[in-house]
Amino acid sequence: MMVLDRMNTATTGAQRRLIFAHLTVAFAALFIGTFFGVLQTLSHANAIQMPPWFDYYRMLTAHGVLLALVFTTFFITGLSHLAVYQTENYPHRSIALGWLAFWLMTVGTVMAAYEILAGNASVLYTFYAPLKASPWFYVGAALLIVGTWVALLEWLLVTNTWRRDHPGERTPLPAFMVLANYIMWFLATVGVAIEVIFMLIPWAFGWVPGVDVLLTRMLFWYFGHPLVYFWLLGAYLVWYGVVPAILKVPIFSDSLTRLAFILFIILSLPVGIHHEFSDPGIADRWKLLQTGLTLMVVVPSLMTAFALFATFEEYAAKLGKTGFFGIVGSLPWGDPAFAGIALAMLLFIFGGIGGILNASYTLDSTIHNTMWVVGHFHITVGGPVALTLLAATWRLLPALTGKRLFSVGLARAQVWLWFVGMAVMSFAMHTEGLMGAPRRVEHYTYGGSAIAAAWQPYSLLAAGGGMVIFLSVIAFAIVLFGTIFSKSDVTESESARAFTFALARPGDEAPSAFDRLGLWTLVAVALVIVAYAGPFYQHFSEHVYLVPGMRTW
Amino acid sequence: MHIHRLEKIFLGLGVITLVAFFLILIALQVGESFKPPASSMTIDPTKVASTPPFDRPGLHKRADGSYEAYYVGQVFFWQPSTLTVPVGAKVHFYVTSTDVVHGFLIEHTDVNLEVMPGWVSTATHVFRHPGDHLIVCDQYCGAGHADMFAHIVVK
Ligand code: HEM
Ligand SMILES: [Cu+2]
Ligand SMILES: [Cu+2]
Repeated sequence: MMVLDRMNTATTGAQRRLIFAHLTVAFAALFIGTFFGVLQTLSHANAIQMPPWFDYYRMLTAHGVLLALVFTTFFITGLSHLAVYQTENYPHRSIALGWLAFWLMTVGTVMAAYEILAGNASVLYTFYAPLKASPWFYVGAALLIVGTWVALLEWLLVTNTWRRDHPGERTPLPAFMVLANYIMWFLATVGVAIEVIFMLIPWAFGWVPGVDVLLTRMLFWYFGHPLVYFWLLGAYLVWYGVVPAILKVPIFSDSLTRLAFILFIILSLPVGIHHEFSDPGIADRWKLLQTGLTLMVVVPSLMTAFALFATFEEYAAKLGKTGFFGIVGSLPWGDPAFAGIALAMLLFIFGGIGGILNASYTLDSTIHNTMWVVGHFHITVGGPVALTLLAATWRLLPALTGKRLFSVGLARAQVWLWFVGMAVMSFAMHTEGLMGAPRRVEHYTYGGSAIAAAWQPYSLLAAGGGMVIFLSVIAFAIVLFGTIFSKSDVTESESARAFTFALARPGDEAPSAFDRLGLWTLVAVALVIVAYAGPFYQHFSEHVYLVPGMRTW
Repeated sequence: MHIHRLEKIFLGLGVITLVAFFLILIALQVGESFKPPASSMTIDPTKVASTPPFDRPGLHKRADGSYEAYYVGQVFFWQPSTLTVPVGAKVHFYVTSTDVVHGFLIEHTDVNLEVMPGWVSTATHVFRHPGDHLIVCDQYCGAGHADMFAHIVVK
């Protein structure tokens, strides 16, 4: 394929080491976090009780932080380095900023993880004030965030150089997707950074007597919803960029891909209040406004679904296959990376439908803070996103280490086990949530209540699903370490071809407006102001009490 | 930029569905038949026990025949722990917290509130059938969170 050969696939050893360092932290977080996950399901099912020296809530805090914040952020940042360095190739350029970012993030992670595991920060990954954690937990969180900003700075600088060297050309699509994701992430994390640095840290150190609880929640969720799109766009980078390369077909449409990412920059941010439908202090009209914006952010995901099916169809057509079963049957299911990513997409159909349901507050009063929500994010971030990243690993490993996969069969089993386990666990959680089971509860007894007893079978089913996922994690570890320590090398060209990004078909060039990220950033900021001016004005015009807060664990 | 005809149809149907969802929500809000909880009552969280009517948590009858129920959440219990209401009673709930954030969920009803210190959350429910309702705390509040519950007996 001509178009694919145009792609520069080489990275330098120094760049690969930086990427591998990110994956190392991500996998460590994955192993610890999923082990805790299984213990959580067992505790829910009243099968075990956590000992006082390692109680349920410090474990749940660790699970949420390690998987939702550390695993995802490190993996996606490493992957983004790869996307930028492969497509804007400057082998002699210093990557010191990349390492600075990595170390800031790692020091922050270690600090926060230590405080959590020591039991000084059992505040869960949302750290709602006025639960008062050790100040070092908040300092660690701040370092993790600031580290990602340094990585963004690095990519902006590389891209600037590339644009200067290639006047009149469009930024390579993979680099464009990375920049779009991290610009959105930057705008979002400014909110949580303000919360942590100016409100929580001074309060946790005792420099100020109290904290404005509702304001911390508004800032947190201003960040918290775009956070889920940050994960999703990490997966979309693989879906749009790598899947066509695996199938050896060009990208469905360069313009529509860029348009989808631009829509995400604009629409991911002004929707955080849909997490606060049950909060006092925010008028119903603001809740309605952000519901409407939330429904709009579905559109770029619909575009994604169309583009991916079209890519599959184009691949099948090359093989002379048509029709639904012809297309599905022709796909390379034997490739564990492809199979895992395709299964991840399948899960996302259900996750996406659930997301549309959750957007309206009519349902929220039934499922808010129940296990339904936990089921929902396991079939969005736990399923589609995590499975995409893990499946991508089966091509990243040969590309980064130059080794042959230790066992293709086991890698294939890994992605199927994850898919089945996540589907079962998430189904069980959704169901018990509809029956009223609250989330973030270590055991369901409620004084022998019959209502709580009815949840029990589903808690057991969820535990079964959780164990299947954990089998998948064990298979993952075996293939991972087997490959790293293997003596069997792949050839240089095999390694270079293992993980590449597809390009647009010749002649398919996006309008130049689609390449102007600065412009779209301004549009995003304007929309944030439209969506949040009302709630913030309301907040500051009401009499709000500061709350001293306490440690309740 | 070229957009495939089938993609136009696909996106068109998607957008129409989303717009329909939104119009329904607008109609429900304008028609006053469903609104999300959005109380803007505040209260000094350090003085809840001496602020009427929260100094006497429990049921108070209104002149129009409906009831007001005042609840105080604190680590790790609800006051009152048991409330008895007559069948058919329309009850307006007022819930606040003295310490951290709690969640007020009456099982098998639409009453599901974040309860924040400094604020009074509100909801209304009509209890049509006799029986026992479990109230749980559905927002993590600390070590005893799983054992924070109460009951409403309808008879
Ligand atoms: C073996 C795999 C896993 C199992 C068995 C598992 C199980 C669980 C359970 C039972 C809970 C609910 C606890 C509660 O509300 O009391 C939970 C929460 C959570 N899980 Fe997982 N999980 C797994 C993997 C993942 C993955 C891969 C991710 C994300 C990448 C993830 C993200 C989360 C988050 C963000 C929470 C919410 C924590 C909170 O409420 O503070 N989980 N998990
Ligand atoms: Cu959200
Ligand atoms: Cu609680």
